[in-house]
Amino acid sequence: MTGELGRTLILAGLLLATVGSLAGFAVGRRPSPLGWAWTRRLAYGYGAAMAAANLVMVYALLAHDFSVSYVAHVGSRQVPTWVTVTSLWSSLEGSILFWGLVLGAYVAAASYLNRDSHPEYMPFAVGVWLACGAFFSFLLAGPAQPFLTLPQPPPDGPGPNPLLQNHVLMVIHPPFLYLGYVGMTIPFGLASAALIAGRLGHDFVRPLRTWLLLPWIFQTVAIVLGGWWAYEVLGWGGYWAWDPVENASLLPWLTATAALHSAILTERKGILKGWTTTLVMATFLLTILGTFMTRSGVFNSVHSFTQSAIGPTILVFLAAAMVFSVALLALRVDLLVPEGRIEDPRSRDAMFLLNNLLFVLLTFTVLIGTVFPLLVEALRGVQMSVGRPYFDRMAVPIGTALLFLMGVGPALPWGRATGQQARAALAAPLAGAAALALLGLALGVRHPWTLLTLAFGGYTAQVTLSELWLPVRQRMKAHGEGLGRALIETERRGRRRVGAYVVHAGAVLVIIAIAVSSTLGTSKEVVLRQGESTKLGAYTLTFVTTDTVNEPHRTSLVARVAVSRNGVELGTLSPRMNQYENQREAIGTPAVRTSLTEDLYLSIMNVDPERGTLGLLALVNPMVGWIWIATAVMALGGVVALLPPPRAREGRLRAAPPAPVADYGAVETSR
Amino acid sequence: MAALVAAAIALAVITVGGIGKNLVYYWGPAEIQAAGPRAVGATIRLGGLVVPDSVRYGEGASGLEFDVSDGKTRVHVKSRGVPPQMFREGIGVVVEGTITSAGSFESQRLMVSHNNEYRAPGDPYKADVKRLISTTRGLEGEAVGESR
Repeated sequence: MTGELGRTLILAGLLLATVGSLAGFAVGRRPSPLGWAWTRRLAYGYGAAMAAANLVMVYALLAHDFSVSYVAHVGSRQVPTWVTVTSLWSSLEGSILFWGLVLGAYVAAASYLNRDSHPEYMPFAVGVWLACGAFFSFLLAGPAQPFLTLPQPPPDGPGPNPLLQNHVLMVIHPPFLYLGYVGMTIPFGLASAALIAGRLGHDFVRPLRTWLLLPWIFQTVAIVLGGWWAYEVLGWGGYWAWDPVENASLLPWLTATAALHSAILTERKGILKGWTTTLVMATFLLTILGTFMTRSGVFNSVHSFTQSAIGPTILVFLAAAMVFSVALLALRVDLLVPEGRIEDPRSRDAMFLLNNLLFVLLTFTVLIGTVFPLLVEALRGVQMSVGRPYFDRMAVPIGTALLFLMGVGPALPWGRATGQQARAALAAPLAGAAALALLGLALGVRHPWTLLTLAFGGYTAQVTLSELWLPVRQRMKAHGEGLGRALIETERRGRRRVGAYVVHAGAVLVIIAIAVSSTLGTSKEVVLRQGESTKLGAYTLTFVTTDTVNEPHRTSLVARVAVSRNGVELGTLSPRMNQYENQREAIGTPAVRTSLTEDLYLSIMNVDPERGTLGLLALVNPMVGWIWIATAVMALGGVVALLPPPRAREGRLRAAPPAPVADYGAVETSR
Repeated sequence: MAALVAAAIALAVITVGGIGKNLVYYWGPAEIQAAGPRAVGATIRLGGLVVPDSVRYGEGASGLEFDVSDGKTRVHVKSRGVPPQMFREGIGVVVEGTITSAGSFESQRLMVSHNNEYRAPGDPYKADVKRLISTTRGLEGEAVGESR
């Protein structure tokens, strides 16, 4: 019964998306207000069908209705309720169903909010979005059916993968990732629509930028949450391993970040139109490639659920989307002519271009390292992987250069600068560079790349903070405003600008924290008897005892390790090994003691009851906590940049035709 | 335009060169034996079953030695670090490291296969080594040494 209802809703979604997509394209070709209204209604209908199908699945999971195939596959009576709800996205079919929910919500929201903006191409955009919706509904109706009815339902299910029920972050990370990943469909549709309609005037990137920035914020948070989850669960002591799955989440982020920057040049000067569109389309294609890599079982990881028939289907969709994108760009190449040009290599404009080249370079190196093993296996049947040193060697120099550029670009003026102006602007932040590098030296940093990162970080931090501070100070002087008033007014009057620099400030902090944590840590593996101690840096670790903790869904072996630092007792850390119901393998949970300067990280390697020994992996990871904090800063900056400017909002209240939400009013003023 | 092409070629050379130096090969004991001295120095992920009665523990965290087999060929492995909880005789393992010229495998990382297929009681050696390697989870991360 539940299964039938679910299947019906998915078929309804497939029908609504298909008809809506066709309607969108028809209305785009022959505009009609009535047709446009019905296209939007079909988009809302698709969103509603997907939401209802997801509700039915959550109901089936909570009711432990094992006649539904997906519930029999991932459900279990033993697991806590929060695990049951998150089981929705813990395996293949459910994750595609959840994808449908997020896509439906995005499509419905974007159709509603853009109902009055850019009528010359918006129906095409809805047509493209719903075509993607139709594809994912097709997956749910065919190769990845979650709602099959089992004739003989099992009395209980195995529960989701224990790695996925081991930490609360698994509740937050996947929704953020989907909101980022799936959201990239919206800018793809907008870019395609502008190309189809041939409307590539000055302002076509405005809605594009808004709808790119929104999923970009989610994606930024999701990537870091994934790293945080790995850090808190996998127990090897790090947060990033250049695993194909991690790379799959990073690649579209890189191109989206590049596109957010090139869109500024397109908006200001009418240049790089084709380039910005290409980056937006590449971002979408990379999300589909990432979905293929993580959902088809070509790579083994916690994300690759099963070897499934879904892989080839996604590959066909990827190929079709790629042909569609390339053909559109080729057909419209004559409309993509620049309306201006970059006048001076010593300008901020030129630095934007360099920023884009570096982001694309980084995308290529990560992409090649990720797909190379697949190509070799397909062509020569040889199995291999690309080791971490490749990624580190390529990404560290490019990342460091980007950090420096993030300071150089904003320091230079728009347009053109004389040699003297450029030198003066670039010399001032050297103070910040020297300060941070000297601080590092004083604290004992000797690693050359880390020192360079600190110097560039100091340079960029000074530029960023003075860009944030200068307008505040000017307001205080010119209008006699107090500090608080001036801060609020500056933010209100230049949200995009303020938001962008807050994102930059967060990014500087993230990069420094990554450099410091990956080069200045210490670690060791030891085997300890009860009562025995070991030293790691300033810490003394004493193995006290082991306990067994029983919970309904798991039995845990907990090691109690007393920690002291320079002779001061800091209490007990309790890394654990968890044996889950219905699962053969034991899974560890490391214990992490976080402070603002460093983390102490303990992970059980093994416990030998006969010999009474504990095999322990212990690490001191400096500054890791700052990665999480700085990511929150980046997200905050993104949200500020996304907020509509106050003038447009007031205008919206007064004026008869509501201003489109995507319309940001004036572009930021140049310095 | 010419500069762009030159830059693209330079990039291709750098990346392919960088990849070539950092490949990790997935091999079984038979392939290591077949490669002989050519395998020395390359980073290899070796998969197989831990031969019963071949495991010797050393002092503390170091000095674990055992043989890995695919049923026909054996490779002697010297492992650094503390073995994971599941490690025992007869279980499928994947070790990452290099072959020394003396013919023994110096492992930097040891992973136990969580794959049930590898524990079929009937014929434990009927193991597809490649599948073992590619389905063993947890090889993420870096080798752990005294300090990084």
